[in-house]
Amino acid sequence: MAEQTAPQADDGAAVETAEAAELTRRTREFLAAHPPAATERLDFLRARFAAGLAWVHYPEGLGGLGAPRALQAVVDAELEAAGAPALDTGRTGIGLGMAAPTILQHGTPEQRRRFLPPLWTGEEVWCQLFSEPGAGSDLAGLATRAVRDGDAWVVDGQKVWTSGAHHARWAILLARTDPDVPKHRGMTYFVCDMTDPGVDVRPLRQITGEAEFNEVHLAGVRVPDAQRVGAVGDGWRVAQTTLMNERVAIGGSRRLPREGGMIGVVARTWRERPELRTPDLHQRLLALWVEAEAARLAGERPRQQLAAGHPGPEGSAMKLAFASLAQRASALETELLGEEGLTYDDWTARRPETVDFLGRGAGYRYLRAKGNSIEGGTSEILLNIVAERVLGLPAEPRADKDAAWKDLPR
Amino acid sequence: MSDLLYSEAEDDLRAAVRSLLADRADPAAVLARAEAAWEADRRAAGGGRDRGADGHAGGAGPYDPALWAVLAREMGLAGLLVPEKLGGAGASHREAAVVLEELGRAVTPAPYLTGAVIAVEALLGCGAERDEVAALLTGIAAGRRTAVLALPWPTGPWRGGAARERAAATVRARPGGSAAAGRLTGAVSSVADAPAADVFLVPADDGLHAVEAAAGAVEPVTPLDLTRPLGRLVLDAAPAVRLAGAEVATAAVERALLAGAGLLAAEQLGLAEWCLATTVAYLKERRQFARPVGGFQAVKHRLARLWLQQVSARAAARAAADALARGAGDAAVTAAVAQAYCGDAAVRAAEEALQLHGGIGMTWEYPVHVYLKRAMSDRIALGTPGHHRTALAALADLPA
Repeated sequence: MAEQTAPQADDGAAVETAEAAELTRRTREFLAAHPPAATERLDFLRARFAAGLAWVHYPEGLGGLGAPRALQAVVDAELEAAGAPALDTGRTGIGLGMAAPTILQHGTPEQRRRFLPPLWTGEEVWCQLFSEPGAGSDLAGLATRAVRDGDAWVVDGQKVWTSGAHHARWAILLARTDPDVPKHRGMTYFVCDMTDPGVDVRPLRQITGEAEFNEVHLAGVRVPDAQRVGAVGDGWRVAQTTLMNERVAIGGSRRLPREGGMIGVVARTWRERPELRTPDLHQRLLALWVEAEAARLAGERPRQQLAAGHPGPEGSAMKLAFASLAQRASALETELLGEEGLTYDDWTARRPETVDFLGRGAGYRYLRAKGNSIEGGTSEILLNIVAERVLGLPAEPRADKDAAWKDLPR
Repeated sequence: MSDLLYSEAEDDLRAAVRSLLADRADPAAVLARAEAAWEADRRAAGGGRDRGADGHAGGAGPYDPALWAVLAREMGLAGLLVPEKLGGAGASHREAAVVLEELGRAVTPAPYLTGAVIAVEALLGCGAERDEVAALLTGIAAGRRTAVLALPWPTGPWRGGAARERAAATVRARPGGSAAAGRLTGAVSSVADAPAADVFLVPADDGLHAVEAAAGAVEPVTPLDLTRPLGRLVLDAAPAVRLAGAEVATAAVERALLAGAGLLAAEQLGLAEWCLATTVAYLKERRQFARPVGGFQAVKHRLARLWLQQVSARAAARAAADALARGAGDAAVTAAVAQAYCGDAAVRAAEEALQLHGGIGMTWEYPVHVYLKRAMSDRIALGTPGHHRTALAALADLPA
């Protein structure tokens, strides 16, 4: 996350420009007026938002200054050096990474003013009501209905894989408003109040034993038309903003040091436990280490391209690479551990706030990493996207593009 | 952190090399010339014809001398790594890598990796302040001379001492009249680009020597990759000039092999990119079952995975070139990673290209096989991926 990235002297991104100098000055002025040690965390964050230092690339009045996105690093470095409170990105990641850019791009001025400040400070947590039991990769086939009733919409349906729904105040919701047109044209995008009595959140236990996600049942939920984002029937286009940002977030926007990912865990175990080593595991470890290092460098290039103002398509691909590496590294670790690899730390149906890969055992890592190639777009769908959008290969023939949604076989 | 991008000057350099190669060295012409060179070698050997006083057999290899003159002399690319005071460009491994990417993309037969990277690094390792070294570097930079390090492929870095010892077992020096001049006797197998050399840099038991090509004999070998010929160098009391003693020579050879391995990754990247781009273009056109073959998901996913692998290969190759250019402390790790990764990436790209082209990929006429042969040879040339991974066990503290 940009919030945590300090500028590097030699990375060419945080160049010494007049704009950067001005931001440094503003940040220092702000810190002088709101010394972190003497300011309540929430007061500090609210003031930071008001000062336009929350996300500098957002417009003035909405937490930003209309500055280049890369310059956020300048602000963050100053704040970090001064010991300013950090955001709780584990809880607010969906709001920051997905809801906010969508509301900024497609929301009304009222929606932006109402939702963005508490979203950014973390006072209001957000979740995402997109996937359904019958609509995974084929998200546009979703069946949750929203029916117009006066100045509101009545929503019925079931959503699934909703992280954070049990403490979310708001949700971004994609629902079908017109079943009589082809599926991509009949959806509308809403902001749903998670405290509505028709919203029922149930934990969804996964293979790790814990319940990180939820099923959300929606029965007669009333969503005011004022909480519609974008035009009626334009939900698919609006959702693209959300999904693009999701992949950026999952693909690993943090700069990793060498051995920064799951490979580092295996490498440490290898170094500390010579009794576990075998020639076969050694060869596989070295092969995986090379691949992880190449992928780490490949993740760094898009960052440098973005900073240089020449974004390329490579960033979209990194989620694929990192998912596969995490899976293979954790599998190798489990096997390396031998007898210990037969054990598991805890099957309790816990409700974790964030995914803690490093705080758990190898078995957990192995099992949780299985989700990496499914969540946020399966690897198969992402390969299609690379093939079609990057390589320009033709799409498969489809039977579901022009028929009305209600007439599709299901 | 390393700079993994290409500067504007590097982009311009690439465009210049690429357009030259597109005009002068299309794959069909490359293959025709390479095959003719092999035929000439075979006739010369089989026909028992005199090899001539200079010991050279057959033709002059698959090279296009006019093209090399433009690359080496007019564009000054042979001297990219040579210091400016010796007439070179005083550029860095970053620029040399860009040249190699393009030479790989066009699978051009040219003694660039061998003559302008490995030999130049070996000479720099001997000390450019020495007159005999400086003279060779000046000649290389001017495009007048082509030096080749006489070590058998495959020889990878991280066994510099071993490489020298291995050569020393076959090449022995006999001191001549002066301290610097002596005579060498022995043979070195599988010297890449031997037919292009007019001077060999020969590791022997007492250090690194320069031997004029005319003073030795090169026996041609039928190579898997016709575009990068191999020769067996035979020296029989050949006059030699010693460039460095044993200790300095070991370090110089190690340095040369490290740079060679790191920058070979750039060539492998270029090969891989050609294979993917050509296959994608072909599969958009080729129709079966009344559809473009490139529209079938089973095919699309293979191509997408190939692209993904090249995203990592590009980053790894770029990191190696940048680390070598900066003389970074982790240049050895970065080069090992690049060679371990890109060697496989190029072979896989060529193998996938062949399979996804179907029958036409198996024909002599279609150039995929030229890339496959180069890619497979490259993967062995300066240490296999396994060699480099094994080196990483020590370099990255992952002991067996």
